[in-house]
Amino acid sequence: MAENVYILGINMTKFGKHADKDVVDLGAEAAMAALADAGVTMRDMGILAAGNLMNAGAGFGQRLQKQIGQTGIPVYNVANACATGATALRTVIMAVKSGEVDMGLAVGVEKLAGAGLLGGGGTPKKDSKVWEPSGRFGAVAPTDGRIGTDAMPGTFAQVGMEYGHKYGEVSFETFAKISEKNHAHSVLNPLAAYSKRFTLDEIMNDMMIAYPNTRPMCSANCDGGAAAVVVSETKLRTLSLGQQRRAVKISASVLTTDPYEEGCQILPNVNTLTRNAAKIAYEQAGVGPEDLNLVELHDCFATAELVHYDNLMLCPEGGAVEFFESGAPWRDGSTPVNVSGGLQSKGHPISATGIANIWEVCHHLRGEAGDRQIEGAKVGLAHVIGLGSACGVHILEKSAA
Amino acid sequence: MTDTAAAPAQVPLVDYLVLGDHPHLVAHQCTSCGARFFDRRNACAGCFGTEFEPADIATEGVVKAFTIVTFAAPGVPVPFVAAIVDCDGTSVRGNIINTEPDPEHVKLGMKVRLATFSLGADDQGTEAIGFGFEPA
Repeated sequence: MAENVYILGINMTKFGKHADKDVVDLGAEAAMAALADAGVTMRDMGILAAGNLMNAGAGFGQRLQKQIGQTGIPVYNVANACATGATALRTVIMAVKSGEVDMGLAVGVEKLAGAGLLGGGGTPKKDSKVWEPSGRFGAVAPTDGRIGTDAMPGTFAQVGMEYGHKYGEVSFETFAKISEKNHAHSVLNPLAAYSKRFTLDEIMNDMMIAYPNTRPMCSANCDGGAAAVVVSETKLRTLSLGQQRRAVKISASVLTTDPYEEGCQILPNVNTLTRNAAKIAYEQAGVGPEDLNLVELHDCFATAELVHYDNLMLCPEGGAVEFFESGAPWRDGSTPVNVSGGLQSKGHPISATGIANIWEVCHHLRGEAGDRQIEGAKVGLAHVIGLGSACGVHILEKSAA
Repeated sequence: MTDTAAAPAQVPLVDYLVLGDHPHLVAHQCTSCGARFFDRRNACAGCFGTEFEPADIATEGVVKAFTIVTFAAPGVPVPFVAAIVDCDGTSVRGNIINTEPDPEHVKLGMKVRLATFSLGADDQGTEAIGFGFEPA
């Protein structure tokens, strides 16, 4: 029987612009605060998993150790698109579950303020002087903008539009209202990069990036770090009552990729792998969507949030618009979604995201979320998608101790 | 060299676009499971088979997803309509062309057909031909 695992300590930095800090500073801030939150030190860690996607070859984990503690433990530098943070956390969870170590640290950090458009590449696309086929499509010239779009806003816009084609057209206004909700939620989150409420008109009339996603409907590029200390149940029972009381149970930890389906190499299918991860997670945790007191899901764009209501089975298949229009995902609704403000306002420092959403859920389960506390929260779910694709789903439960 | 104005040589933007009198797309079809791919293959992602045969793709289809891109990477002209077209069961990525790039002219479920356009000639006079889908 595999070990039960808990979050012993967890922290996220403020998301936003940190011009005076580098990735190691942000990682150190989150890691040292997570260790302090857990009441342990680097000496207690048996493993470190670290993610910094934008500089994945630079050995971020070892650079971090050199600032906060070199104890000789194994470091796993992970990179898994926007699921990098969740992958780092899951790496530590697997090590603890297996019994190889009884405690470990996961860290994710990104410096992304001012990064601009992701996915299409930031370098100018120029035609060469002679048409010469290259790459797997034998393309003689750049195809971004000539054969569809490579950039994230348009890719996820199509994901939302495809949902509309399948289940009944979704209006621009409905997508914009999802963004209105998340920006309204962010007002209560002091760690969000942006905590300004927008009116629906302001959202719809802002700069269009890729119809139907306007600028406030896109995740905010920013700087930030997050870290978590994972502990085995056996070890936890040897710690103080205070530590045991604040520990949060990881009832499910799942990572999936996209299985082959028609069209999945044409437009990334972010649906099936999320649905698969959710199914496994609900089964592992022994809970259903109706048991969730809050959900932090990967709203990289307003169009993405809509489809994930369905993929995470928060509504019947095809019922995402009705679910949203009922008010269910607002913080006073039946299934509050992204009470942190989500990626659209809290921000999306890629590798930090998959741990920061766990932090948000833990914060509520511990009853420490202050003004934005979801009263009596006992069970929460955190979801991320990395395009390519990878999906992480974690279900967390308030400690019984 | 002669003065005869020979038709300029043409090259497709991508190798799965077949030019000529009836321009169309061609996929690598897995001989064991029928999955279709447009890129150079090592094996089938669905059944791991390694045998493929060429399959002509229907030149008419239905728009099943689109976006109007108004902000793109440097050097990519905007606006343009990126879309996924269901060509008789095969999903194809392409732009919607020869119509206004706005939600009044581009609709989910609209019928479209393959159309080609010139990307211009290179320094050797070879013309590159791209494809998109226009309202049918």
